[in-house]
Amino acid sequence: MSESSNTIDALVRRDYQAGFVTDIESDTLPPGLSEDVVRFISARKGEPDWLLEWRLGAYRHWRRAPTPEWAHLHFPPIDFESISYFSAPKQQKDRPQSLDEVDPELLRTYEKLGIPLHEQEMLAGVAVDAVFDSVSIGTTFKAKLAEAGVIFCSISEAVAEHPELVRKYLGSVVPVRDNFYATLNSAVFSDGSFVYIPKGVRCPMELSTYFRINAKNTGQFERTLIIADAGSYVSYLEGCTAPQRDENQLHAAVVELIALDDAQIKYSTVQNWYPGDANGRGGIYNFVTKRGACIGKRSKISWTQVETGSAITWKYPSVVLRGDDSVGEFHSVALTNNFQQADTGTKMIHLGRNTRSTILSKGISAGRSQNSYRGLVRISPTADGARNYTQCDSLLIGDRCGAHTFPYIEASHPGAIVEHEASTSKVSDEQLFLCQQRGIDPEHAVSMIVNGFCKEVFRELPMEFAVEAGKLLEVSLEGAVG
Amino acid sequence: MMHAPMLLEVVDLYVSVAGKPILKGLNLKLAVGEVAAIMGPNGSGKSTLANVIAGRPDYVVTSGSLRYLGTSLIELEPEARARLGIFLGFQYPIEIPGVSNMEFLKAAIDSHRTARHEGPLSAVEFMKTVRSAAASLDLNPEFLKRGVNEGFSGGEKKRNEILQLVMLQPKLAILDEADSGLDIDALQTVATGINRFRGPDNGILLVTHHQRLLDYIKPDSVHVLADGRIVKSGDHSLALQLEERGYGWLTDAA
Repeated sequence: MSESSNTIDALVRRDYQAGFVTDIESDTLPPGLSEDVVRFISARKGEPDWLLEWRLGAYRHWRRAPTPEWAHLHFPPIDFESISYFSAPKQQKDRPQSLDEVDPELLRTYEKLGIPLHEQEMLAGVAVDAVFDSVSIGTTFKAKLAEAGVIFCSISEAVAEHPELVRKYLGSVVPVRDNFYATLNSAVFSDGSFVYIPKGVRCPMELSTYFRINAKNTGQFERTLIIADAGSYVSYLEGCTAPQRDENQLHAAVVELIALDDAQIKYSTVQNWYPGDANGRGGIYNFVTKRGACIGKRSKISWTQVETGSAITWKYPSVVLRGDDSVGEFHSVALTNNFQQADTGTKMIHLGRNTRSTILSKGISAGRSQNSYRGLVRISPTADGARNYTQCDSLLIGDRCGAHTFPYIEASHPGAIVEHEASTSKVSDEQLFLCQQRGIDPEHAVSMIVNGFCKEVFRELPMEFAVEAGKLLEVSLEGAVG
Repeated sequence: MMHAPMLLEVVDLYVSVAGKPILKGLNLKLAVGEVAAIMGPNGSGKSTLANVIAGRPDYVVTSGSLRYLGTSLIELEPEARARLGIFLGFQYPIEIPGVSNMEFLKAAIDSHRTARHEGPLSAVEFMKTVRSAAASLDLNPEFLKRGVNEGFSGGEKKRNEILQLVMLQPKLAILDEADSGLDIDALQTVATGINRFRGPDNGILLVTHHQRLLDYIKPDSVHVLADGRIVKSGDHSLALQLEERGYGWLTDAA
């Protein structure tokens, strides 16, 4: 009969499917960071003086800023001088005006990833902005969006064409000095997406950005800014992949969301950066600052994330609930396998009256991975009638992985209602045997159990993403049992 | 002249669990259409026998043979054995939170159908079958939407095992302590389900240490297991004798 090692232990091993490299000539800065590099990036993008000064301010602060050490993560110190801070596909010197001008090799990359960029091939109703290494490649569905008055473009374009909006909101949610990685991003951010939904407009389609790191030894530092004006609604999707490489690559993005009165922003991420191989070699270091500000009354910001990639994930999509009656939500599935490490969670900062927040976190650990939930719920003295509900569940597969929970609750209002529920469970050999005894393959059994565990979060994802997320979990778990 | 193979034929079987020998030269035959009761004191190896036939990992066959309809089972994965028609009703059915009973049953049935090169059962047909099977076991349809065994009472768990039995229609059903923890009403429901399943084309191993269950399901044969071997075989009257006299007179002799 099969040995016990044959069961849970071996089910999490399959090759990373987005691990190819695209052969494109690119312009890449030599490694290292200095004021000159910052000036180069800014000049290359033809930025106004105020933005160069903003970047330089960030750079000078970053030089003195300490690296955060509090996360439950272990990795050798990052050598920031060995990273190249700008890489652009060569033919992009003069940004393509339409998809016809985009390098066909690049378009093939997206097709390989299952993200057809051609409008005619697009899933109906999804507009994509694709960021390849540091440069935004092309935004689809521009015309249809323009009709509704929606601005969806690269952040570089927004700086040139909508400077008043960028200047007003850039850094308003994540200040330049917020944290080490956000400060670094502020100094060197290369590109990213910009969205503005005008008053009362319901964005006619899902907006989507697809991020891809291709060049070797480069970091990716994109910046996303989404502004939902009063009474508007937008749903935004973000997907990420990277080629398979033996060395670690840094990804330090900043995402800022702003919701005015009665506005709603739904932000969904499926993060599948290269996680490293089964022995923990290579993989993306994903240090991301995502934060939304519900500045308007009755506004709502909802984060949904499915995190399966990256060697290290350090990420806390948060909501500052400033407007009265505003609502913040965080729904997360974080899966780690092999030697992956994740320290992820959220912050819900209640400032306004009757503000409400919900946190639903599902962590799945397999292999020798470490998976931590870290969350802060802060109810300030001004937040009359504030409520939070947190549910935090961990699922262990095998017996060499770890699940950790670090909840912080700071309630400075006597009327605050804060609930926290947590559970830890394990996919046991007994559960697998029951499934097998009924004829079900162990691989199918594990994916059924994991999908069941994540059901409540998948429900929050837009339809086409929910299917993708389910499949992604299955692939990421290959080899966890065998 | 050709003999039809036995549904189950166990010859001189030795099984260890975690390095400890549990079955020590066990012999047993079960014909198609036969219902046999496996009885014996706690720790005699009854559950080990049930589990080793189903292929539970960690139950290591050290020697002997285990054949099902003439095919050796020893090298087969548990799911392969299940698809050949072997069903184990668990003594302590485990919970699988988040996976609904319905989803679980559908996956089980479809895996059997795929093995037989049949397409998956249509959702409509599946629902019809499962609802009527659940009703016959006094299980509320709402129960199908709950997680597998999640928060079920002891009686519900046991009835859920029988529901799976009825839905999968195996050829060999091994029911490990199908009656433990059941009150008299639940026992009757479970027994009725098993009797309805019983037929000329299948066989049942009833693993129990109570004669009580055998009042409801009359076995064709009774085998007494002690210290890893069958020490006595007989008909139903042997079970009644055991109820009166206990196991001591047999185990001492062994």
